[in-house]
Amino acid sequence: MLSFIARRLGLLIPTFFGITLLTFALIRLIPGDPVEVMMGERRVDPEMHAQAMERLGLNKPLYAQYIDYVGKLAHGDLGESLRTRTSVWSEFKSLFPATLELSIAALIFAGVFGLLAGVIAALKRGSLFDHGVMGISLAGYSMPIFWWGLILIMFFSVSLGWTPVSGRIDLLYDIEPRTGFMLIDTLFSDDEGAWLDALRHLILPSIVLGTIPLAVIARMTRSSMLEVLREDYVRTARAKGLSPARVVFVHGLRNALIPVLTVFGLQTGTLLAGAVLTETIFSWPGIGKWLIEAIGARDYPVVQNGILLIACLVILVNFVVDILYGLANPRIRHQR
Amino acid sequence: MTTPTPAVAVDQSLLYPSPYKEFWQAFSKNKGAVAGLLFMLLVVFCALFAPWVAPHDPSEQFRDALLTPPSWLEGGQWQYLLGTDELGRDLLSRLIHGSRLSLLIGLSSVVMSLIPGILLGLLAGFFPRIMGPSIMRLMDVMLALPSLLLAVAIVAILGPGLINTVIAIAVVSLPSYVRLTRAAVMGELNRDYVTAARLAGASLPRLMFVTVLPNCMAPLIVQATLSFSSAILDAAALGFLGLGVQPPTPEWGTMLASARDYIERAWWVVSLPGLTILLSVLAINLMGDGLRDALDPKLKNAA
Repeated sequence: MLSFIARRLGLLIPTFFGITLLTFALIRLIPGDPVEVMMGERRVDPEMHAQAMERLGLNKPLYAQYIDYVGKLAHGDLGESLRTRTSVWSEFKSLFPATLELSIAALIFAGVFGLLAGVIAALKRGSLFDHGVMGISLAGYSMPIFWWGLILIMFFSVSLGWTPVSGRIDLLYDIEPRTGFMLIDTLFSDDEGAWLDALRHLILPSIVLGTIPLAVIARMTRSSMLEVLREDYVRTARAKGLSPARVVFVHGLRNALIPVLTVFGLQTGTLLAGAVLTETIFSWPGIGKWLIEAIGARDYPVVQNGILLIACLVILVNFVVDILYGLANPRIRHQR
Repeated sequence: MTTPTPAVAVDQSLLYPSPYKEFWQAFSKNKGAVAGLLFMLLVVFCALFAPWVAPHDPSEQFRDALLTPPSWLEGGQWQYLLGTDELGRDLLSRLIHGSRLSLLIGLSSVVMSLIPGILLGLLAGFFPRIMGPSIMRLMDVMLALPSLLLAVAIVAILGPGLINTVIAIAVVSLPSYVRLTRAAVMGELNRDYVTAARLAGASLPRLMFVTVLPNCMAPLIVQATLSFSSAILDAAALGFLGLGVQPPTPEWGTMLASARDYIERAWWVVSLPGLTILLSVLAINLMGDGLRDALDPKLKNAA
């Protein structure tokens, strides 16, 4: 197992350097002069221009600039935002819990309903329910989630008034950020309604963000469950006279979960990309909205290193899933 | 020496069916795929003949008919079948003209990523020592970024607009073509017919493009269909974020973005563009499923 982990870690290193090359190149690819772009429309006087070039290290040769960049990263220096003058890392750190909370809620929604729908559809193969689940999941898979969010807001928030339109919590409540997770922080608050209010803010965004993973998980669970139910050991378990529920959930689902686990890993990317859209629609103060605003404001350090951080996150999650996969399936572990 | 052609009538039913016929038989068995195909034909028709199909000019503003509801509702007018938007532009006409953009973006980004993708995949498959792994590492790096995010980053650097949207989406969908081509090539390279062609002295380009590539096309065609639908989706998402095609061009995602402010008053300006996106993407995905079943039966239960 250790050598398996070591091999996987070894694969991470070139990928990481590749990502830094990519984010480094992003800034170089800006057409024109980066200093002029960052300083905006007004004319820059030559002396200030030279100073800025000097300060940003842009007058050095490219390879030296790259070494500088990686060196700074190695010291944990991700630069500072051009707008707020705070460090990119601290902004990321304070906004990330919001995205994480939203993503976890979305994954729970997608996981619970996706697994359930997938298992039932597989058990009742060919039934109306099965066709319904497959049809809906195909539609979910094709969903423009930015539109889906607007439709849900229109229906549940505007027409019915059940859920709030935007944000994480009502402005009435003053919540001290302890963990950054609103659902946990509100528990420490004296306000009785705060927790419920946070929950009501969370429902629609997590449904929107969870829609595509839900569709993928339902489809994947169904097909993997169908495969497992044909296996000999399932027939043996049935023949032994085990209860149907035990056969389905212990013998069947447990083995069917292995491919579904990979899908969970692959969905991290989808989730983070979806978070950009979902957070924009619901004004959710997370890293997706942060990044889009930075792009709008041409805040390049934030764009560059925000993307770097997100990419690292995706790599990390995929690494963890790889390891879990190895734990669950020894055949993978021993593959060379 | 010529051999006289035998004058025996051939029983057509005994012949092996032509590949096209066989393909159509398999494809048409899938009802969803046929429905998707029909819908897409309608969209393509609208896109090709937009100026004649659309009842109005997509940018003409009818100042006395702002936010008119669809014709079947109270207050609706028959001349604006699906209603008008906040500037009094006819929604149906804008949707029809929008189909041109979506199909154009989808088609050009697929072509722009398919061709380099196939080339890189062939190179990676034919040179497994140094070039192959380095190409694949590069693709892994690109895959580490969520596709929409990478597209957003590219557009952020290049600036918003139609062409940059196409470039961004093409770059984003490149890795999947490279991976698929390489995997298919690796599978074919050990086959006897490839060895035979090598021994017969086929040059490298001939081996690549004439011998091997045609046998790797099935998964690529399926992938091209699927990435066509995600191109439409991503283009609309970029438009929605204000990073894609800029208003007043009638792009579906851009239309949605400007409709956001009227969410409380005019459901149709919000619902209809999104519904069009959903239906088009759904239709293409249904077609893709049918294509996969017909062209590549091995993959039938894979996804």
